[in-house]
Amino acid sequence: MSMLVLEDVHTHYGKIEALHGVSVEVNKGEIVSLIGANGAGKTTLLMTVCGMPQASSGRIFLEGRDITNEPTAQIMRSGLAIVPEGRRIFSGLTVEENLHMGGFFNNKTEIRKSQAHVYELFPRLKEREHQRAGTMSGGEQQMLAIGRALMSRPNMIILDEPSLGLAPLIIKQIFEIIGQLREEGITVFLVEQNAHQALHLADRGYVLETGKIRLHDTGKNLLANPDVQNAYLGG
Amino acid sequence: MAANNYRHALFCAIVTLIISFPILGFNLEAKGVNIELTGAKTSTIVAVILAAVAVFVFQAYRDSFMGLLGKLPKLNPLAGREPMEQSKRVKLESWVLTGIVVLALFWPFVVSRGSVDLATLVLIYIMLALGLNVVVGLAGLLDLGYVAFYAVGAYTFALLSQYTGISFWMALPIGALLAGLTGMILGFPVLRLRGDYLAIVTLGFGEIIRILLNNWTTLTGGPNGIGGIPEPTLFGMEFGRRIKEEGNTSFHETFGIAYSGEHKVIFLYLIALVLAVITALIIRRFMRMPVGRAWEALREDEIAARSLGLSRTAVKLSAFTIGAFFAGFAGTVFASKQGFISPESFVFLESAIILAIVVLGGMGSQLGVILAAIAVTILPELAREFSEYRMLIFGAAMVLMMVWRPQGLLPMRRIHITLNKQG
Ligand SMILES: Nc1ncnc2c1ncn2[C@@H]1O[C@H](COP(=O)(O)OP(=O)(O)O)[C@@H](O)[C@H]1O
Ligand SMILES: [Mg+2]
Repeated sequence: MSMLVLEDVHTHYGKIEALHGVSVEVNKGEIVSLIGANGAGKTTLLMTVCGMPQASSGRIFLEGRDITNEPTAQIMRSGLAIVPEGRRIFSGLTVEENLHMGGFFNNKTEIRKSQAHVYELFPRLKEREHQRAGTMSGGEQQMLAIGRALMSRPNMIILDEPSLGLAPLIIKQIFEIIGQLREEGITVFLVEQNAHQALHLADRGYVLETGKIRLHDTGKNLLANPDVQNAYLGG
Repeated sequence: MAANNYRHALFCAIVTLIISFPILGFNLEAKGVNIELTGAKTSTIVAVILAAVAVFVFQAYRDSFMGLLGKLPKLNPLAGREPMEQSKRVKLESWVLTGIVVLALFWPFVVSRGSVDLATLVLIYIMLALGLNVVVGLAGLLDLGYVAFYAVGAYTFALLSQYTGISFWMALPIGALLAGLTGMILGFPVLRLRGDYLAIVTLGFGEIIRILLNNWTTLTGGPNGIGGIPEPTLFGMEFGRRIKEEGNTSFHETFGIAYSGEHKVIFLYLIALVLAVITALIIRRFMRMPVGRAWEALREDEIAARSLGLSRTAVKLSAFTIGAFFAGFAGTVFASKQGFISPESFVFLESAIILAIVVLGGMGSQLGVILAAIAVTILPELAREFSEYRMLIFGAAMVLMMVWRPQGLLPMRRIHITLNKQG
């Protein structure tokens, strides 16, 4: 069963084409990793799924529904959540308020439940509940960004380089949490520069090069692939 | 660096000469039927040259001057103190606000009629600034045409009273709703613009409305304005010497007291006070509702807010509409207070003053905005003798303020919201 399907998606920034016909499929319950160099178009691909910017041609399906031309607000209210590149937490709001923004369209009971769940996953956030989010460390902010995305109880979560700029110990913790999300039945689409860990965790992986899918295989095979090893795993 | 400074200063001085010499250096004099061009008096020319020298000196030593300005004692009574705990702060602010309202209730009975009139104007500005605060301070949308919605409220009342004889109490909600509706219609196309572009387009809309009022002579009377706008009544009692509307009674006869023009002024003041309090309470309520947090979230990070499913247009539009609604509210009161309105009351300067109040007050903080509204409206009145220099004083105050307290009088400290445990 497919959760997310991209068929020959092209995306433009003005006149410049950043995605040249990308096709990707993510099945329900999977972790799929997308790796690629800086500027390959990974962020563009994820944001196109969210409708910012919208694809200029091709089709995108979320749980069988064609969302290609839907507005962002509608897409993001239908079981999809994103942890954007650079975290983008609301730094002036407290940790708790950030979480509540994540559950904006849920009722109080649901919010309370998801909040308790997020605190279970990240006990650190509970300790910082009333702290202004901008005053936390990078790792804590990343946890908050993930927690905020989980507040809407999504069926699928998209993560854009969650390990960027974090200490190895925190990265390990965050990858563990991502694995845990799969156990809970949440489908994960993960973009990473940290190819080794991302492919290790993933069921399947895609390699994006200058706006095109170059390779596509299981995580294990990609790890063993000499081209991938040369380009992304430091030989 | 120094040479560069002098060159820049010389350039500024020359620009000063080029601009002021043609303007001040020549006079047109009517001699019989002809107009003659004559050179200005030597004193004027000397003044122009002195001005250029002053510009040169200031520009050349600008850094030292600005440095001095920065060294002035900081205008911060709380400097070095721990920020207050949230619950304490909220309580203190509520007490101060309550204190101001109680004081304001007794105010009209102890001061002169002129002061009451001025205080009514202050209250109108408070309503306007509280409304604009939602748009600029909370939602972060720089609206330079806010006065347009003020005009819509005022003209709604004026026109309806002229054509249908509507009363103040009927006009109040209609004016506010119509202003809100105008805000929604205007906001729809412009709110996808960002920052500077939004500011420019709203500035344009403000002018369009004013020019429309000025030129649609058949409906609005153009620059002549509309007069005879009725004052508010109290349960059908009028405050004038003679009754204007059939079926109404007069206040002084009902209570068997002598007629006094002050009754009317005080009554209007009290109405404005009640409406200003209502405005503050409603907006306070909004700030604590989810929509209030949505404004802040969108202001802080648009991409993050949208990725959580918030609709950019809907959130911005709600702030814009609510702001416009309260401008219409204030406009109706203003029309009733003046009894006569014309497009002259709705020029860009008004928008600028209201915006100045919001910025001085500290963008988002209600108490700050209220204090700033009082200061900005009353100070020029106190300095009446210097009325020609009013704008100069105003500008200087703004510059000093930006140097001393760029965050405003009482910068907004957010109320942190937690989920109440019972739900
Ligand atoms: N907002 C934008 N406007 C114009 N070009 C952009 C924008 N965002 C990204 N790009 C361009 O699109 C390409 C892909 O960028 P991006 O998706 O951010 O790559 P990645 O996430 O893989 O590093 C780059 O060439 C980048 O310069
Ligand atoms: Mg990227």
